[in-house]
Order: sequence, then structure tokens, then C-alpha cells
Amino acid sequence: MDGIHDLGGKDGFGPVDVDSPPFAHDWERRQWALSKNVAIPAGTIDFWRHGIERMDPKTYMSVPYFEKWCLNDLTHLILGGTFTLDEVLTGTVTHKDPPAVPRDLAAARDRLRANLVRFDRPIDTPPAFEIGETVKTKRHGHPGHTRLPAYARGATGTITHHHGAHLFADDGAQGIETAAHLYTVEFTARELWGNNANPRDTVLLDLWEPYFDRS
Amino acid sequence: MTDFNSEEAAKLHRHLHSHLPSDPALRVKALESLVVERGLVASETLDAWVELYATEVGPKRGAQVVAHAWTDPAFRDRLLADATAAIHEFGFEGHASGHLQAVENTGETHNLIVCTLCSCYPFSILGMSPAWYKSAAYRARAVREPRAVLTEFGVNLPPDIAVRVWDSTAELRYLVIPERPAGTDSWSMDRLADLVTRDAMIGTQRDLKVPA
Repeated sequence: MDGIHDLGGKDGFGPVDVDSPPFAHDWERRQWALSKNVAIPAGTIDFWRHGIERMDPKTYMSVPYFEKWCLNDLTHLILGGTFTLDEVLTGTVTHKDPPAVPRDLAAARDRLRANLVRFDRPIDTPPAFEIGETVKTKRHGHPGHTRLPAYARGATGTITHHHGAHLFADDGAQGIETAAHLYTVEFTARELWGNNANPRDTVLLDLWEPYFDRS
Repeated sequence: MTDFNSEEAAKLHRHLHSHLPSDPALRVKALESLVVERGLVASETLDAWVELYATEVGPKRGAQVVAHAWTDPAFRDRLLADATAAIHEFGFEGHASGHLQAVENTGETHNLIVCTLCSCYPFSILGMSPAWYKSAAYRARAVREPRAVLTEFGVNLPPDIAVRVWDSTAELRYLVIPERPAGTDSWSMDRLADLVTRDAMIGTQRDLKVPA
């Protein structure tokens, strides 16, 4: 979707706050821990991400980063049927299960290591493109979740790597498990931004085969 | 189970943002109360996670990996070929490093990492990302004017050094291997690792500072 989250190449933001630390407030640490330790029923990582993309643009731009995570976790907990909207708005849980077993530091360490999710999958079809080949990305997007940013649509680049097939994000956000060949594509800065860009500079994106025009 | 209903997600976001108390600290507290009461997680589990990130999981891990790559050519080759397998040797595998790719700075090229669409980052080796990495300004500008962004970080890149900006659009995550500073030939691994900063491994620092 052409959402507000698709920020690459947008002008007008001013300088980067280069000294900002990872966490400014305790509630941000707490939210990080909540998102990583509660089974949020989003189905796939891509539908979870799509939830954030569906925030009202004004809200997306104005609330702090980890507040977006909080609102999105709540949204998915309601969508997935864990809580009703009423339970969330009143802060009252009507159905309780036994308390969860606490996990200590060693268990947290194990959980971090076990969270090594892999997205590569077997595929029957051979890759349509090879390293060194020129590809052109599709000019148009679609209203759902996609990982082809607007700034790289309708652009010509060169394939630098082939990563085999990975779960295709656009389908994953709709609950469909499809694998597609994934490539790294290098675009010159001039192709993306015009002739004022340094001729040596490039931008590399990891893109699935369905993002390319077949000619 | 979810039915992947995009419109319903948008509707719920509007409801929640309009009707929950506006203070983000209270919103997070409300979420914590709900999930603890419902028996989905224990507060002690959250404490342990916060402690894990405060004490163990951070850029010191990535720095150790980089120092090894500088001193052990065979390890460097393994890291460049398959960084996910290489960090297993340290027990650093985990969250968001299932498809890790190391990219090396040279005299001719400089690498810079961004995620323009959200905030993808290799957490298990670099810890939590700095707030600027997740900011709209960095996400918008890093792909379009990387040299201007680098200047704000104090890096003035000569025009003949090429910038490669890696936008983390799929599940690959990136780690920059900065150049080893001159005059450190006899240094121990630990001393070398102390030179490697988080920003250097994202690419917003180029020359590592060697203490006089």
C-alpha cells in the first residue's frame, strides 16, 4: 500500500537526532519486552507489520515508536480473539487462565536464541533471473502489504545476489504461505534520484521475483 | 485465530487511539495488566527480558564478531559467506539474525544500513537499535541523501568513495564490517573489539577512534 510508513526518499524531515539512545523511557523497555514475550496472534510477521501500516497517517507520524507497537499489539490481540475491544477499553479481563509461569534471565537468553526464525523455503521453479542480469521493478503497487518501496518502483537495477526462495511478504500478510525467489538488486543513485546524485553511489534492496516486470 | 482482515485492523487502530488514555506509559501499562491478568505472560518474564537487553545483548556482541573477522582471515571468509552460521560460533544467534549478511567497508566503498519501510535491525548481535535508526528523518533520508546524513554523524566522505545503502526490505539483516584502524597490528582481540562501535556496524561512523 502507498502508506505513510513508506518513507524512503521523502524530503523535509530535517536533521537526524544522532545522539538519541535506544530507549528514552522505561515504558519503551517494557513494551519491547511485551512484544517479544507475549504470543501476539497476528498470524505472520507481515500481517503484524501491516497492522502498523494501517494506523491513521496522522497518528503514525505523531505517536512515539514503541507506542505504535503497543497499539498494534492490542489491535492484533483483539483481531485474534484474545480480548474483546470492550475488555481493552475498560481494562477488565472477563476470562482468566492460570497465571503464566515466570521466566528468569537464563530462560530469556534461551528465548532470544530460539527466536532464530528462518524465512527460506524450498521451491520447485527455477529462478527467472540470474546474477548480473538487469531487471525492472513494477510501476504499480497494490493496496495490501508490500516490501517494494515506492521509491524503487518502475526502476531498473542489476541483480547482485540470489538468496533462493523466501516466504513472500505480500502473500504472508494475507495468511497465504507462498515462497518466491529473492534477490538483492542494486540501483544506481542516479536511476532513483536523478543526475545530481553521486555517480558512484548505489542503493541495494532485497526484492522478490513477483516485484519484477517480465519482458 | 486471525483472519488477516486489513480493514478491521485499521478500524481497531482508530478506536484504540481515540479511546485509550493518551499517555503512552499508561497505554503500555494497560497492555501489561491485560496480558498478565489473562495469564499470557508473567511480569517477572518481562523484567528478565529488560535485564537481558541491558546487560548482555548489545553492540559489544557485534564488536567481538568484527574483531575476530579482522584477526582471523578464515573466520572473515566464513562471516562474509554466511554470517548467520558464523555468529553461531559465539552463541549470538537469535532474534532477527536468521538471514544475516555482513558487508565490508574498503578504501573505495562505504556501507550504510537502513530500513525505510519499518525498522528492521539485527537485534541478537547489536541489541536494541538507537532511536534515530527508527526515526522518520533517518528512514526517509538515508537512501536519498546518504552523504548529507553521514555529515550529520560527523563523517565527511570524499566523493570518490562509493556509498552502498542497504535497505532491509526482506528478512535479510545487515552488519557492516568497518575497516581496521592502522597501527593496531599487535592488539589483542578484546582491545580491538573495544574500538568497534554500534554506529560503525550500522555505517553511520567510518573511521574508528584509536585512543592516544
